[in-house]
Amino acid sequence: MVEGARPVPGASPAPDAAGLGRARATGFLVPAMVLILVFLVVPAAWTIYLGVTNYRLTGLAAAHPEVVGLDNYTRALGDERFRTSLLLTLQFVLGSAVIGQAGLGFAIAFALRDRRGPLRRLVEGFVLLSWILPSSVVAFLWIALLDRDAGTLNALLGIPGTAWLLDHPMLSIIVFNTWRGTAFSMMLYAAALENVPRSHLETARLAGASTWQQLRDVVFPHIRGHVLTNLLLISLWTFNDFAPFLITAGGPEQRSEILPVYVYKVALSGGELGFGAAISFVMLLINLVIALVYLRMLGRRKEAA
Amino acid sequence: MTSTATTASSTEPTGDRPAVAVRHLLAQVGRYTFLCVVLGFFALPLLWLATAPFDDTPTVTASLPAFTLDNFRALLDNPYALSSLLNSVYLAAGTAVLVVAFAALAAYALSRVRVPGRDALLYGLLLLSSIVTGTATMVPLFELAFRLNLIDSRLGVILILSGGLLPAAIFILKDFMDSTPTSYEESARVFGASPLQIMRHIVVPLVRPGLATVGVWAVANVWGNFLVPFLLLRGPDKAPAAVIMYTLYTEGGQADLRLLSTFSLLYSLPVALMFVFVSSRYGFRFHGGIKR
Repeated sequence: MVEGARPVPGASPAPDAAGLGRARATGFLVPAMVLILVFLVVPAAWTIYLGVTNYRLTGLAAAHPEVVGLDNYTRALGDERFRTSLLLTLQFVLGSAVIGQAGLGFAIAFALRDRRGPLRRLVEGFVLLSWILPSSVVAFLWIALLDRDAGTLNALLGIPGTAWLLDHPMLSIIVFNTWRGTAFSMMLYAAALENVPRSHLETARLAGASTWQQLRDVVFPHIRGHVLTNLLLISLWTFNDFAPFLITAGGPEQRSEILPVYVYKVALSGGELGFGAAISFVMLLINLVIALVYLRMLGRRKEAA
Repeated sequence: MTSTATTASSTEPTGDRPAVAVRHLLAQVGRYTFLCVVLGFFALPLLWLATAPFDDTPTVTASLPAFTLDNFRALLDNPYALSSLLNSVYLAAGTAVLVVAFAALAAYALSRVRVPGRDALLYGLLLLSSIVTGTATMVPLFELAFRLNLIDSRLGVILILSGGLLPAAIFILKDFMDSTPTSYEESARVFGASPLQIMRHIVVPLVRPGLATVGVWAVANVWGNFLVPFLLLRGPDKAPAAVIMYTLYTEGGQADLRLLSTFSLLYSLPVALMFVFVSSRYGFRFHGGIKR
């Protein structure tokens, strides 16, 4: 990078103050790099290889896997279950991340923007609590909440016997994941809203702008970068979220089988490691696209700054 | 109040005070209603966790408990409940120690010595760790653990989790290291201290908040992680609380709600306390860092 030419604010203090030297510096790097190489780089590369074999957990193909070329990929494309899963994943990401978490997170941050004191702490406390609790605990909390006969939700609504997890599995996990992940968006937008000059909002209000107009013309231009950051990160996380497995396990009849659950079932329960690896590779590619867009954007903002 | 007739022309900035006041009031009412609904939505699923552990006869419905502490005895009766919490502590502590130590060494080297292609390396690693998630690579991770004889090994879980957390940890710590002055290190060097001594006695005390941040972050990540131990550990004797919790409500027959509720509470408590501690001490908020 061209950084060396001029000192950039925030860049490292250049000279080697402790007299580490290249050799020792390399020694300091080795332990971390070995772990990263073995447990991140190798699995990623191996996915590509496994994806073109007919490797299985048990049986003949377990001992002597054969390279089958792109068979796994053509099979996946023709597979109804894979295409349905891809579509469900899209619904899950759009519904729970883009609309649910980002929308609700922004709304909460906006509603709390000029509040201090107990109400703000209470709301933020509960939203954050749902984010930090272990996923297997919150999964059971939602199973209990949505229980057909004795669930708290049905008791509150007075409609005992509504089987949310059986009749509306996708809606259930979308609402669950909205509940689970809104905290991150809320905090990010709370920080972003502090960048919006108070005087601009005041002026707009005095000019008679409605809330919607204020949002569109005053708030949004100031937080555009945050919105993009937020959407990319939560899409990436939601796309890789395994927690719905803990609630519906993909069921009933694969009606909530998002890609992570699908891979688990095909590869590790079903034993088709080769086919599962091909699906995993598709997931890695999707992750890569999202992450590259994000990094490019970071780079552009840094240049602009 | 006689001027209410003119309120229709809302484009007039001065002539419609009452309308503005009404709109302002409505906005306030709307805002509080919204916040109450939000509060209800986020609190409702958590109610059960607060009531059921202390309820005489816990059901899946959240209700005012007939208070008792007897349910906690169920924890002692189950052979795996308490030992799984110990397993979680072991996995979390092991991973945190490994991540903090390795990341500190690497971050220091990257901060103080100009390794060629350093920035590209850092961004590459960060990119890698965000796309190679446990979910997307469960197949090769399982396969790798199998080849390396790390199936049913807690060390395997620690190593895999550390590999995933290290890039971000290095990134965070390098930021901390970059902002510490190098003058102390220079004087220590003049007095003949070795690089490892400098690291231990000068750099570590200076970046302690950074190390604590990374440690807490690693513990929080491992404590809740379900997938990796679920894939790699076979028997219930080595399984951490995340996996035992899952087996308690999925495996066979009627779930024991006394056990489930008290176990959920006990398992959630450490992260909740950690969160309270961090937010009271440092404030749980995003400052400049995230918005880059």
